[in-house]
Amino acid sequence: MAVLQQIVFIITLAAAVFLIRKRVLRIRSNIRLGKDFEVTGDSGQRIKNTMLIAFGQQKMFKKFIPAFLHFFIYVGFLVINLEVLEFVVDGALGTHRVFAPYLGGLYNILMNVFEFLAVAVLLACVIFLLRRNVLKVARFQSAEMTQWPRMDANLILVIEIVLMTAILTMNATDQILQTRDDHYTATGSLLFSSFIIPLFQNLNTTTLVFIERFAWWFHIIGILGFALYVTYSKHLHIFMAFPNTYFAKLEPKGHISNMPVVTNEVKSMLGLTATPSVTPAEPGRFGAKDINDLSWNNLMAAYSCTECGRCTAECPANITGKKLSPRKIMMDTRDRMEEVGKSLQAGGPGLNDGKTLLNDYITKEEINACTSCNACVEACPVLINPLEIILELRRYVAMEESGSPAQWNSMFQNIETSFAPWKFSSADRFNWAKDEK
Amino acid sequence: MNVPTMAELAAKGESPEILFWVGCSGSFDDRAKRVTKAFVKILNVVGIKFAVLGTEESCTGDPARRAGNEFLFQMQAMSNIQVLNGYNIKKIVTACPHCFNTIKNEYPELGGTYEVIHHSTYLQQLINEGKIKLTGGGGFKGKKITYHDSCYLGRSNNIYEAPREVLQALDADLVEMKRCRTTGLCCGAGGAQMFKEPEKGNKDINVERAEEALLTGASTIAVACPFCMTMITDGVKSKEKEAEVKVKDLAELIAEAQGL
Repeated sequence: MAVLQQIVFIITLAAAVFLIRKRVLRIRSNIRLGKDFEVTGDSGQRIKNTMLIAFGQQKMFKKFIPAFLHFFIYVGFLVINLEVLEFVVDGALGTHRVFAPYLGGLYNILMNVFEFLAVAVLLACVIFLLRRNVLKVARFQSAEMTQWPRMDANLILVIEIVLMTAILTMNATDQILQTRDDHYTATGSLLFSSFIIPLFQNLNTTTLVFIERFAWWFHIIGILGFALYVTYSKHLHIFMAFPNTYFAKLEPKGHISNMPVVTNEVKSMLGLTATPSVTPAEPGRFGAKDINDLSWNNLMAAYSCTECGRCTAECPANITGKKLSPRKIMMDTRDRMEEVGKSLQAGGPGLNDGKTLLNDYITKEEINACTSCNACVEACPVLINPLEIILELRRYVAMEESGSPAQWNSMFQNIETSFAPWKFSSADRFNWAKDEK
Repeated sequence: MNVPTMAELAAKGESPEILFWVGCSGSFDDRAKRVTKAFVKILNVVGIKFAVLGTEESCTGDPARRAGNEFLFQMQAMSNIQVLNGYNIKKIVTACPHCFNTIKNEYPELGGTYEVIHHSTYLQQLINEGKIKLTGGGGFKGKKITYHDSCYLGRSNNIYEAPREVLQALDADLVEMKRCRTTGLCCGAGGAQMFKEPEKGNKDINVERAEEALLTGASTIAVACPFCMTMITDGVKSKEKEAEVKVKDLAELIAEAQGL
């Protein structure tokens, strides 16, 4: 019987690893659909950003209540997963609480810490569910939060609550069994699960063994299943926040990336370079029409987004009822990547399916509403930059389609002819000094 | 008012301490021209040796780049850089955060590297150095002033304190709007929005911002950007408060306090 359990466990673990690996590779190749992106600047600063902003959650603490609750879930995730290590060893070797004899008193302390965090995670998740579904916090109700994104968020919270309940149930029944059977290694008293011992106290040993084993299996399969689910979910931010903060741009937010291809052309037009243009034979599109025109960094950012909506809540265009929502820009980028990736996996047309990120997902009305104010960039707790994507899409519209709004085309014309965005004669530029005195 | 041009100085074989980059708004927009003149008056009084490019100046290309027209931006940038490098310019001061951001952050990649200072920072420096002396003049003492953060100074370039320090030097009662500094609400004009009608929505951004500014009860809304000036002024007008509440640039407030 024990050997059978070991075999089932190892097969389950292997299946989970296989499926998760497959999905991770798919995400990686989706991100690689993006254009090359040169990582410049001080890598020390990049590491600092990762440590402070991803690891240290610095930007979360601009909103204290969600930050505080999120912090427990985050620490709970990091720490409780240490216990999963014991689960895996126990599962594979057929042991029970294999580390307990080695760690002695420390084991009891660790288990109590885990239990404290399990309770904290559980409570935080309940409050988060209430914020989303009862208090209806505004940023969770925007137009792009359709059925699936809302369901995704609720599912994650419910799964975490159930997993934490499983841990506490397991520890409660285990503690009762420790008094009845030598197989159950003494853990010392575990504070939080002790509170629910009375629920199980009167059950017979066979039932308790069943409940304890059920909770154990439920927890470990739950964790493995959740890990796989995360790769399909917005919850992927738990991993992607780290590389995303590392690769986030270091220049001041007002800086817009240069287009060297254009620089070469402009230089030769102005007769500034005697050397022949170093433009590659196939310069590609100007700006972005689809995901493969964006940098892999932009695409990775889309997988880092957990749809918290802090960006959209700060966006002046969105606040005043325009269609633009920076969160939707990231969600659309991700959805389009998933669509293309799925098609490629099935041997389909991939990018050439007749659809594009611009128009089929993100409309011109949305990108035209952006004031480039950087409120969304400032708001993002993991340094995602929706503005970069918006600008790349505008570049495509302006340079490949000449499809900018008519008033912008007039502005372009004014700059070309009178070197100012308004139709004034450039000869009059200095008249202000002559107006008086 | 004495406004030397670079061409004049170069002809005399002189070079200025700073180049004052006026910008398109500061050159052509009637309201912004008053800011330009106020700033020049301050420079004159302090005795800073400065010059402007005059008719040799042209749009930095900021709205073109942000509207997606990278060709036009780079054409503008390259020809401006040729002019600036031709005069061997080292230090540039401008009253426009958009010009400031573009020249400071985006020209270096195209061959134009200068020390670029926004006039809010420059005024703060002059105050700190004691070159601008404010002796409680101008009647700002105890009056409520609120400051509207320009996105291209604040979030874009982390300049939040210099404009506030300038206002504090006026001995005024600086009151903050709910959304200020890193969470300051845009006036609605950035990203080339200045040059087109807003997209369909339920409110104009500048009205939303003006309402917030009016809620502070301040009699003066201080700005540090010509686009913000236009937008907030229009917003205040839409609320029919233009008689009670004035929108002023930092340079105008300093000039006023000095009786210029």
